Amino acid sequence: MDFERRDAPFVTPSTDVASVMRQVLYALIPAALAYVWYFGPGFIFNLLIAAIFCAAGEAAMLRLRHRPVETVLGDFSAMVTAALLAFALPALTPWWVTATAALFAMVVAKHLYGGLGFNLFNPAMAGYVVVLVAFPMDLNLWTAPRIGDLDYHYLSLYETARYTLTGTFPDYLSFDAISRATPLDVVKAGLNSMSTFEEMRSYPMMGDFGGRGWEWIGNFTAIGGAWLLLRKIIRWQIPVGVLTGLLLPAGLFYFFDPAVHASPGFYLFSGGTILGAFFIATDPVTAATSPRGRLIYGFGIGFLTYAIRRWGSYADGVAFAVLLMNMATPAIDYLTRPRIVGHPKKTWGR
Amino acid sequence: MTAAATYDLGKLHGGLRLPGEKEASTARHVQTATVPPQLFIPLTQHVGEAAQPVIDIGEAVLKGQLIATAYGSLSAPIHAPTSGKVVAIEPWPVSQRHGETGPCIVLESDGEDVAFRYENRPLRYESMAPDDLLQTILDGGIVGLGGAVFPTAQKLMQAVTAPLTHLILNGVECEPYISCDDMLMREQAAEVLGGAQILMHALGLGNCFIAVESDKPDAIHGLATALGELDDKRIVLKQVPTIYPSGGEDQLVQLVTNLEVPSGGLPTDVGCVVQNVGTAAAIYRWIHDGEPLISRITTVTGDGVVSPVNVEARIGTPVSELIAIAGGYTERASQMIVGGPMTGKSVTTDRVPLVKASNCILVLSDVIPPDDEKPCIRCGECALVCPIQLQPQQLYWFACSDNEKQLRAHGLTDCIECGCCDLVCPSHIPLTADFRQAKARMREMADEKARAERARLRFEARSARLQQEQAERERQLAGQKQAALRAGPDAIREILDRNRDKNRQDDEA
Repeated sequence: MDFERRDAPFVTPSTDVASVMRQVLYALIPAALAYVWYFGPGFIFNLLIAAIFCAAGEAAMLRLRHRPVETVLGDFSAMVTAALLAFALPALTPWWVTATAALFAMVVAKHLYGGLGFNLFNPAMAGYVVVLVAFPMDLNLWTAPRIGDLDYHYLSLYETARYTLTGTFPDYLSFDAISRATPLDVVKAGLNSMSTFEEMRSYPMMGDFGGRGWEWIGNFTAIGGAWLLLRKIIRWQIPVGVLTGLLLPAGLFYFFDPAVHASPGFYLFSGGTILGAFFIATDPVTAATSPRGRLIYGFGIGFLTYAIRRWGSYADGVAFAVLLMNMATPAIDYLTRPRIVGHPKKTWGR
Repeated sequence: MTAAATYDLGKLHGGLRLPGEKEASTARHVQTATVPPQLFIPLTQHVGEAAQPVIDIGEAVLKGQLIATAYGSLSAPIHAPTSGKVVAIEPWPVSQRHGETGPCIVLESDGEDVAFRYENRPLRYESMAPDDLLQTILDGGIVGLGGAVFPTAQKLMQAVTAPLTHLILNGVECEPYISCDDMLMREQAAEVLGGAQILMHALGLGNCFIAVESDKPDAIHGLATALGELDDKRIVLKQVPTIYPSGGEDQLVQLVTNLEVPSGGLPTDVGCVVQNVGTAAAIYRWIHDGEPLISRITTVTGDGVVSPVNVEARIGTPVSELIAIAGGYTERASQMIVGGPMTGKSVTTDRVPLVKASNCILVLSDVIPPDDEKPCIRCGECALVCPIQLQPQQLYWFACSDNEKQLRAHGLTDCIECGCCDLVCPSHIPLTADFRQAKARMREMADEKARAERARLRFEARSARLQQEQAERERQLAGQKQAALRAGPDAIREILDRNRDKNRQDDEA
């Protein structure tokens, strides 16, 4: 009897890229539900638009690059980018802003670098930063979260759809009437104008740690992150690195001078901290790969996030921190190679 | 009696817990295959050069008689697996890494199975000098039966040149499906222990660890029982965790002694000698019974055969005969592998014969769908499971770009090709195959360099020689000219006349 020739090993791998990406998407579901609950159906519009333009951008680039469109789109990596974008953007975002971010993420950040696996920068964050710089007004339009005693206007499906498609409100609504500064903005502005953190804590929008509503989105995001850790889709080093990098300096400053610095708990439960730690920084393609390297990489993101939030001109800093550390990834990987078994123990680096 | 005990073991980085798949083949006792009418005995059944036949075509041989002698430093002799007549020495499909076919001695069995009698058996090895004992082991044609087929005698001879502290018998058998060592330890434990005693004497060592994976309680029981009867306090059973690839030579040393074999080095560099349990049993049979290595136990298994089983068969038995003992193929059989699923080699036909290295004949139904490879997403799972702590995701990157310098810096040559990284790769990249090819390219490049260097030296030597000859000729001519000038015009005319006469005589002749 005759047989085919093949190379060892002869065991089918237990996992594949599509299943990894799908699980990341599943893990985002609790956070997405919380987001919609507090900030309205805009998230769903953003997600749909981001998904459509990510898919279109990826498909177009694949065709241009003579790559198989169906099999590559089937790996769901573009959908993860779309989802992360939807989380990063305010619930109310005109469609062209979302589309710009999605197309930049796919066309420039991902495929001009060679597609999945070859991109140096996190596509979602690259796309987000481009629109953050290009459409600063739109990116600042956050509404108050839907919490009973807050002065909020929970937008209806029609209002949201209208704003998403045209960038305008019905006559009875105005931009100023519904937009609210985010807790990060409030605290940043407050600290800069010599208010103490303790004073700001009594604002109705502030919760136990971070902003009300935001805290709960953080909790639900962390549930998804924990599930990813359990499933071993991500490893503990990057989340721990990010959180340490953020909480350590925040804690130190707060400990020595709580009047002029916000508490670490506030930074943990504000903005994109938890999403960044579990879902953005852990993008394997653009992160460091050695265990030690991942700790350093994560720590760098956390630390830079804190620095930008505290001393930079942007309220949140996760996206910039991720992109900055992306640049450092090759060097980190090179310098943190573990000692190969059987090689002499050497000092730092090599 | 020494019971199996877990000592403080070293720790292996990474590795995989793989499904054993060994139940089916260990359900029955080891079956003895009948001697087939024709045996195909490859001349290369060891790492070194092919053995040289010492019989003529048509010659009658006895079972165990020497038919090919070791040639070169890493070669091993080969013996007739049964009595009969040599009918041909010709190329035949083989299952080795040296190519698809190899020279084989074709032996036609006479059905008598008459053994050649070696003298002084059982050999009283205790009174032999270790050197003589090693020489005797060399004559038995014994090679490492774990699959590496390094000639045992040469390995031992190299080992005794180093200061040794540990003899480790490898009964780990960590690859899925393979169970021949397990069955050997269950059913022929006394021979393994006998081999251990011989090895200790040959190496001048007073201790021996037998390492067995924790998922083989029957093997441990078999060994422990035999050890109780033997009552040799020098032999200690050591249970190692069931994790692939704990049975790799260097990995086992690390597990048992907590010492790392240095990169590019041998276990002897840390005082260890590792021998497979099957090799130990083969040594015992040769020293005690005068039977050289002419048969082995092999596992015939996988979902491509009807009833998996372990078979003790003569070297040279066509694999198709062994498949028959395992009940034949199932309908789904599509892939034949000699060796295990992680490191084995696929063969294209079941006409290949059983060789000393064949620890397993694995027939599988489904295989990885081809063309399923996706780009590396740098998840780093491969680095987590690499027992050498390499960074396969980086190596892959450098292998794609043929960056030899970085490949070296990242330890490509340290890769043991265990296949762990392939199994965890979500992108289904054939990393091990890629690394194997990169290594081959690196070797080729090094060879090329060496060849160019040799050519350069040769050319320079030749130029220098030609220059020297030229200078010599010029000096001679100058000398003659000087002599002629000194002798004066008459002498010159005389020389010219003589030359003219000589030329004329030559013309007439």
